[in-house]
Amino acid sequence: MANFYTDNPALKHHLQHPLMEKIVALKERDFADASKYDYAPQDFADAMDSYDRVLEVVGEICGDTIAENAEDVDHQGPHVENGRVVYADGTKRNLDACRKAGLMGMAMPRRLGGLNFPITPYIMAADIVSRADAGFENLWGLQDCAETIYEFADEDQKQRYIPRVCEGETMSMDLTEPDAGSDLQSVMLKASQKEDGSWVLNGVKRFITNGDSDIHLVLARSEEGSKDGRGLSMFIYDKRNGGVTVRRIENKMGIKGSPTCELVFKDAPAELCGSRRLGLIKYVMALMNGARLGIAAQSVGISEVAYREALAYAKDRKQFGKAIIEFPAVAEILSVMKAKLDASRSLLYACARYVDIYKAYDDIAKERSLTPEEKQEAKKYSRLADAFTPLAKGLGSEFCNQNAYDCIQIHGGSGFMKDYACERVYRDARITSIYEGTTQLQVVAAIRHVTTGTYLDQIHAYQEAQVCAEDEGMKNTLAFMAQQYADAVQAVTGVKNPQYMDFMARRLVEMAGYIIMGYLMLEDTQREASFRRSLHVFVNWAQAEVAKHADFIGNFRPEEIENYLY
Amino acid sequence: MSKSLNIIVLAKQVPDTRNVGKDAMKADGTINRAALPAIFNPEDLNALEQALKLKEMYPGSKVTLLTMGPARAAEIVREGLYRGADGGVVLSDRAFAGSDTLATSYAISAAIRKMGNYDIIIGGRQAIDGDTAQVGPQVAEKLGLPQVTYAEDIIGVENGKVIVKRRIESGVETVSCPLPMMVTVNGSAAACRPRNAKALQKYKYAAVPSEVAADEKKKAFIEERPYLEIGEWNASTVDADLSQCGLAGSPTKVKSIENVVFTAKEARQVENTDAELEALVQELIANHTIG
Repeated sequence: MANFYTDNPALKHHLQHPLMEKIVALKERDFADASKYDYAPQDFADAMDSYDRVLEVVGEICGDTIAENAEDVDHQGPHVENGRVVYADGTKRNLDACRKAGLMGMAMPRRLGGLNFPITPYIMAADIVSRADAGFENLWGLQDCAETIYEFADEDQKQRYIPRVCEGETMSMDLTEPDAGSDLQSVMLKASQKEDGSWVLNGVKRFITNGDSDIHLVLARSEEGSKDGRGLSMFIYDKRNGGVTVRRIENKMGIKGSPTCELVFKDAPAELCGSRRLGLIKYVMALMNGARLGIAAQSVGISEVAYREALAYAKDRKQFGKAIIEFPAVAEILSVMKAKLDASRSLLYACARYVDIYKAYDDIAKERSLTPEEKQEAKKYSRLADAFTPLAKGLGSEFCNQNAYDCIQIHGGSGFMKDYACERVYRDARITSIYEGTTQLQVVAAIRHVTTGTYLDQIHAYQEAQVCAEDEGMKNTLAFMAQQYADAVQAVTGVKNPQYMDFMARRLVEMAGYIIMGYLMLEDTQREASFRRSLHVFVNWAQAEVAKHADFIGNFRPEEIENYLY
Repeated sequence: MSKSLNIIVLAKQVPDTRNVGKDAMKADGTINRAALPAIFNPEDLNALEQALKLKEMYPGSKVTLLTMGPARAAEIVREGLYRGADGGVVLSDRAFAGSDTLATSYAISAAIRKMGNYDIIIGGRQAIDGDTAQVGPQVAEKLGLPQVTYAEDIIGVENGKVIVKRRIESGVETVSCPLPMMVTVNGSAAACRPRNAKALQKYKYAAVPSEVAADEKKKAFIEERPYLEIGEWNASTVDADLSQCGLAGSPTKVKSIENVVFTAKEARQVENTDAELEALVQELIANHTIG
């Protein structure tokens, strides 16, 4: 009888952000669907009420079903039978509940069978699902792939595939190969065009999450003789046509309910999605940005369960005649966990809102040309989304790992045993800073927003906002940290050595990220005073981190870099 | 391929007696309804799931909820609509106040007669407020229908007969029963499916007329969308004989209500030896505490 939405007031707080009014108006095209679909909202309040109600259903399924099944799913896991994946029993029940609740294809337009939800409430559902079972979030969250079909496939393909996803068929994105992980330009899987113009796929894919899904997006080499990313195209493979078998599934450390498959393509019929040669350079980049936001949500959900498990144990466990939470050393760990959780969640939803706005404009641009003001706004938010996504994924997943580590620490010796949920949480957390681009690759994606000033501009915009008198001191501290960051950026760029910039990139990106999270929490606190405690704990922590990086950069002599290279 | 079915689900809005706080009872020993949230009676949700499953198995089937209570019991019908039911009726009249199980089953059977054309009536085994498990069987008797109680799974319809797996004391048995018939469903049956996101958005403004009587805007909104109007019937709609309704029709009279507080009367220490434990087990079996 738990509800993972209603028991967590932070979620409703983020759902009710003032920017939602703009997002809903764009997404609903001034509520044009109301006359066509009996489940479309009449106005802004009606739409918000619907998001709230549907998230309550998500929270109920997560609390009553998915979280309850998580331990069994972790133990049983999926297996392969005759080249097909068989999910764990709990996974089947979870999928059944999500299908019956109509939680597939949430962000797809109504004309294709979806709920037409903005990204923000959809990402909130992902946050909630991840708290219940991070591994299940992967299966459920792969509905994201429908977004790629919606954006880039032709109308006929949209009509044939997207309604199936909304009805509950699952998806996968088949990118990685044995020799193409982070370096997707090396993808080898071969796409050959037959005389009648149709395509077949041959080769092997590895580490494919939910690789036995109903509908696959496959990155394959369509241009014979090509070597780089420009020879790759995106294909849609429909399991109903056959041609792909599962050779094995990986035995993983965590997210064990989610089958990670090695796939063999043997003359598997497939359809080209979008234009040839744009597979990697355009479509995968778009797909990855969506997926990274998904992992950011997964990270926050895992952080949430790590904090809750730690808090519950610290209140319950008694040593030296009192609950261990009464010991300052334990209480401090919990306070910092909570602060990191709140900070990463604020960043996640700020990012989701930016994605919402630019994607809505992109979609409107398919129907009519945008006004110059709209174009400018679309560009602004697209840039912010591009800048915030690697921060939300990179820093959110690191916080998630830190919280999972601290959760075990609070449990002491019991945490090292298999008896408590925390050990599963710890194993599940580990992948978040690896897949969909490691933290190191998030830094690569983020660094140009350090050098071009996107982050600093945004920080200055935050600085303009009014805060209540009580929070003026906090704002001044953040301004001071921002100055340290600006100075550090100048010091590093001043050396004019790309290798040195690469070396310092992580430090600069972290400084920017921590300062931005601080400002976002300051903004949260203006709307909801209960965030003030986390704001203070977080800024105390971040101030020390920023100073540490500033110190390192200030003291570092560029020629020292030799000592770090192999 | 069997024909489509007309299914009526009997459901009750009850105080959530599973989450009882210290102010759950009033000083006079009656339930303090204000302190307990009103919920869908749990076993009626199991019943609804059976109905929705049959609807999936036999396309074209119709699931209609019937609930007796004040206008706010329309929430029960809405909850059903969110999960896939087709419609519902709230049976509401001051004349029904104070009904015991006899008067309740009278009113409900009158409403079912009014609905007519039914194949299966499904209800939960019992409600968590009264725990009588009498209303379902009484309804069946009043309508002259065969009934299957303690059902765990309505397996399907074969040659005009409903196949039902039922929970009995010593295990399970599978029985068949001719249509039309009544089933009461056990809490051990499959849990009800979740609310569906589209249905939830579609039906969230569904209401009985008296809920929106004072709000012209809502009234007009529902008038434009007839699927949002939930039926609201009273004693005269269902041609009920008032002498058989409510307190007048209830032979059960509550003489007094007593608060029973369990207290430990005796304590006994048993040594942790095989012999002592064996003796204790034998004693408990002998006085029917266990076994």
